[in-house]
Amino acid sequence: MVASSYQLKRADFIFKNDNDWERILDKTLKRPPQELINELMSSELKGRGGAGFPTGLKWKLTAEDPSDEKFVICNADEGEPGTFKDREILSKVPYKVLMAMAVCGYVIGSSKGYIYLRGEYKFLVPELNKAIQEFEYYCKEVGHDFSIQIFLGSGAYICGEETALFESMEGKRGEPRNKPPYPTSNGYLGKATVVNNVETLAHTFTIFKYGAKKFYDLGVQYSRGSKLFSVSGDTPKPGIYELELGMSLQDFVHEFGDGDTKAVQVGGASGFLVPRKRFDKTTIGYRGKLTGISLPTGGSMMLYNSSRSMYNVLDNYLEFFREESCGQCTPCRVGCQQLHSGIKAVKRGEKPAQYLDKLLKLTETMQLTAKCGLGQSVANSFSSIVENFREEMIY
Amino acid sequence: MTPIHDLIKKLANEHGRNRRNLLPILQGVVEQEKYLSEHSMIEIARELNLSAADVYGTATFYSFLEHQKMGTYIIRVCKTITCSMKGKNQILLTIQDMLKVGLGETTSDGKFSLLQTNCLGWCHKAPAMLINNEVYTELTPESVREILSQYLKK
Repeated sequence: MVASSYQLKRADFIFKNDNDWERILDKTLKRPPQELINELMSSELKGRGGAGFPTGLKWKLTAEDPSDEKFVICNADEGEPGTFKDREILSKVPYKVLMAMAVCGYVIGSSKGYIYLRGEYKFLVPELNKAIQEFEYYCKEVGHDFSIQIFLGSGAYICGEETALFESMEGKRGEPRNKPPYPTSNGYLGKATVVNNVETLAHTFTIFKYGAKKFYDLGVQYSRGSKLFSVSGDTPKPGIYELELGMSLQDFVHEFGDGDTKAVQVGGASGFLVPRKRFDKTTIGYRGKLTGISLPTGGSMMLYNSSRSMYNVLDNYLEFFREESCGQCTPCRVGCQQLHSGIKAVKRGEKPAQYLDKLLKLTETMQLTAKCGLGQSVANSFSSIVENFREEMIY
Repeated sequence: MTPIHDLIKKLANEHGRNRRNLLPILQGVVEQEKYLSEHSMIEIARELNLSAADVYGTATFYSFLEHQKMGTYIIRVCKTITCSMKGKNQILLTIQDMLKVGLGETTSDGKFSLLQTNCLGWCHKAPAMLINNEVYTELTPESVREILSQYLKK
């Protein structure tokens, strides 16, 4: 085997027990907001929920908005199949997230934070509330005005989409809004709002504690820093791992595969399926000018070995999307239904194999016309599975 | 006043009577009653000065806000890819066999309801299920029988 140019690099920041958060908070709150924004920008931290928006820029835009009231929301509606890292952060190092929220509040000018926690994680509430109480008590002691409240979801995947999350918090159906306007000016209750993923907030703790350079030095160009990966499926060591960005999928499979890995789903059901022949041409990070294809991810890595039928995998994903589509826009609502019944019809021989091409066209339409990321991203897994494993789809 | 009316009043006092307090109130009723009856949704609408249709529309959007009568213990078995791959159906069959209950049904004594749900976020410890808010992972037919027998004693 040819030696790969890049090996897996473990990192250990997120779960490191930094029990000096009080000192870091004091130190950070003494620095001017602009300096903190600059620090985040120079770290090149991008959103770890999967979308990859630059965190520093998000804080900056919200800070500049003239809203009379602003909010900080921690998105803990971790619903993407194959992701389970945020729960681990909230149960092991909640104070990092709380501190980051308070710092964000200081930077943008907000005194109110919310954690939107998915209903499936309700068992976390007592412990998390205890951490919040301790944290708020400390904030009060040092004279920093910031409060945090948990808002529980009730089993809707789409509420992880930031504007659907606002709708849900406002007591409505979790149906995404049109963008623009963006949350940085029109978020929760129409006010300027920062919504950050749990992991993104935890990384800002690292940056404020160790400095932007420490973070920037990890990873590769356009994909700086480390990232938590939720590894599951056919692997001898499922679990959560913090790795530097920019690794090749080949190296990843070498480390985590069971020796018979047929394909890896990168980024959950809304991500891409990469077949074995493309492992060495795929890197994990954000879109940039890297050689080969670089796939962004919220950290979900699901491995499938040769014993798995890709038809069953796709069928399972499509059932998921069909149920979780909010139903608001036609391309997604009807599209998911048609894709799901379409592959079944092809499998049963009720439709010719060429019908798959029609379905592929439909996913293109969905990608162009669906209102939010859910409908737009169904095409990712659908086309990557159907194009690479067409023979498994047909009768 | 019926007990449900008291509960709704109490929840509204605690959370507030704005539209943005609707979800916590709906969740509070489900926590206690295990589901939202038409009657409770109408009462909530009245209490918050909303239309009953708005409350119904919102409540029925969320899969954890049941609007049919449920058992004391709601079992939700994860059916998303990794759990499905790692033996979810065997878990379901074990539960069905042991409790004599079909999928989507409630046992005749009103103790258990059996449902499937989308990704619970325990893919590294699949298969997984929730019983009310409690998580059970790395399930096998044997471990499920053991867990359920504990609940049967309750």
